[in-house]
Amino acid sequence: MIETPKMTGERIKEYLQEGKRFDGRKLDEFRKITIETGVSKNAEGSARVNLGKTEVLVGVKLDVAEPYSDSQEEGNLMVTAEFLTMSSPRLDLGPQPFGSLELARVIDRGIRESHFIDLKKLCIKKGEKVWNVMIDIYSINDDGNLLDAAGIGAIAALKTARIPRYNEETGKPIFGEWTDEKIPLSKETPISLTVHKIGNSLIIDPTKEEEDISETRVTVCSSNGIVYSLQKGESKELSVEEFQKILDLVEKTEKKIYKEIESNIK
Amino acid sequence: MTEFKRPDGRKINELRKITAKVGVVPNADGSALFGFGDTIAIAAVYGPKKMHPQHSQNPEKGTLRCTYNMLSFSVTERIRPGPSRRSQEISKITEWALQPIVMIDDFPGNVVDVHINVIQANASTRCAGINAAAMALAHAGIPMKSMVTSVSIGKLDKQLVTDLIKEEEDWEEGEGPTDIPITLTDDGKITHIQLDGNIPMKQLMETFELAKEAGKQIHEAQVKALKEAIEKK
Repeated sequence: MIETPKMTGERIKEYLQEGKRFDGRKLDEFRKITIETGVSKNAEGSARVNLGKTEVLVGVKLDVAEPYSDSQEEGNLMVTAEFLTMSSPRLDLGPQPFGSLELARVIDRGIRESHFIDLKKLCIKKGEKVWNVMIDIYSINDDGNLLDAAGIGAIAALKTARIPRYNEETGKPIFGEWTDEKIPLSKETPISLTVHKIGNSLIIDPTKEEEDISETRVTVCSSNGIVYSLQKGESKELSVEEFQKILDLVEKTEKKIYKEIESNIK
Repeated sequence: MTEFKRPDGRKINELRKITAKVGVVPNADGSALFGFGDTIAIAAVYGPKKMHPQHSQNPEKGTLRCTYNMLSFSVTERIRPGPSRRSQEISKITEWALQPIVMIDDFPGNVVDVHINVIQANASTRCAGINAAAMALAHAGIPMKSMVTSVSIGKLDKQLVTDLIKEEEDWEEGEGPTDIPITLTDDGKITHIQLDGNIPMKQLMETFELAKEAGKQIHEAQVKALKEAIEKK
């Protein structure tokens, strides 16, 4: 059902060998990126990201909770993702596909390992009360590369998020009322990018058709050449040389995407 | 750099003691145990067998299905039994790490199940699991193009080391810990890599040499255990 037909896949591969893509892009070219923030007034921070026809919504909500036993002085971070049934004819009601779990975990690790959020500053009372930062990602329309769209959306939503007012007496936040304080973030912005291997070609920002024939992918969260998290997905093996090329492509693209995010956030 | 001290006194490129055994689950078609020091994983293979339900069958090629699980008492703080988000992800990662070497195309409509259980954990459990799984697949006589070897390469502050232990995963000095589990085929191709921490891209490329060096020793242990099992018969 609506899977990319074999013939189309073969043709995509032929095109890639000549350095061409169906939509006229270069192999290392993103689709048009649009980022809109503040898409839900009730969220602490939110963003809509479009990569061509792909669209995701990301929201940040804060709540007060107990710290984890191994991080008594730190706020908590939680990332979830849901592939909404509306976003693709391939999705049915019922359990989520593995992709949504993997996406949430990959985005979580990029934000966590880069220390983008200064979780230490989100401690209210050591061992008792800390802020819970919950990043929720929803697919609205899946035309490939939800992973990178989600990463961009998470960054944009976090950069625009405000901290809710906190009621000292009840020890709870006052939902719907905000302080002027932003979530404490690092200067460096970690960007999560995925490179796909199809035949002998490496491409970024695949459409759904391209994603369907992707043999393996590597998602790298990095900033300025420092890698914070990385995951190879799907099963085709990679040579060390190919891996180097993937890192080069990530490093080159990361700067472009960073500029794109900065220029889109008010 | 040579003065770098590891908590357990190992050299920077030294693996923990490897334990490798096959035939640890008699009911299975193939099984193996693999250990890095205190980290011990067992794997059992069932199949190839007809895939059920029928609509899950792939008429073009077989299916490799892996499940990774940690026993509740394998760590200091008990884990709630049953699948977690983490274990589901590692199951999939393991599947991807093994798929390129298993000639699964030979078994259309069939499934090969690989069950991995960690019975004692001191870091690098997914790597031990993949090593055990590769041995169990070979022990089950599933045709394979190559073996795979899996090892975690770490960066502690600025120093690269082989085969992390828990204490090193929680490294607090300098740049802290970076954990990079890597799985390689016999000819050095990457079938699995993950990373958590912080590492410059240039240094990341150096980890493959360490992984290859460790891979040789792991491979040797895997093959030795398999050979011994055949000779016993």
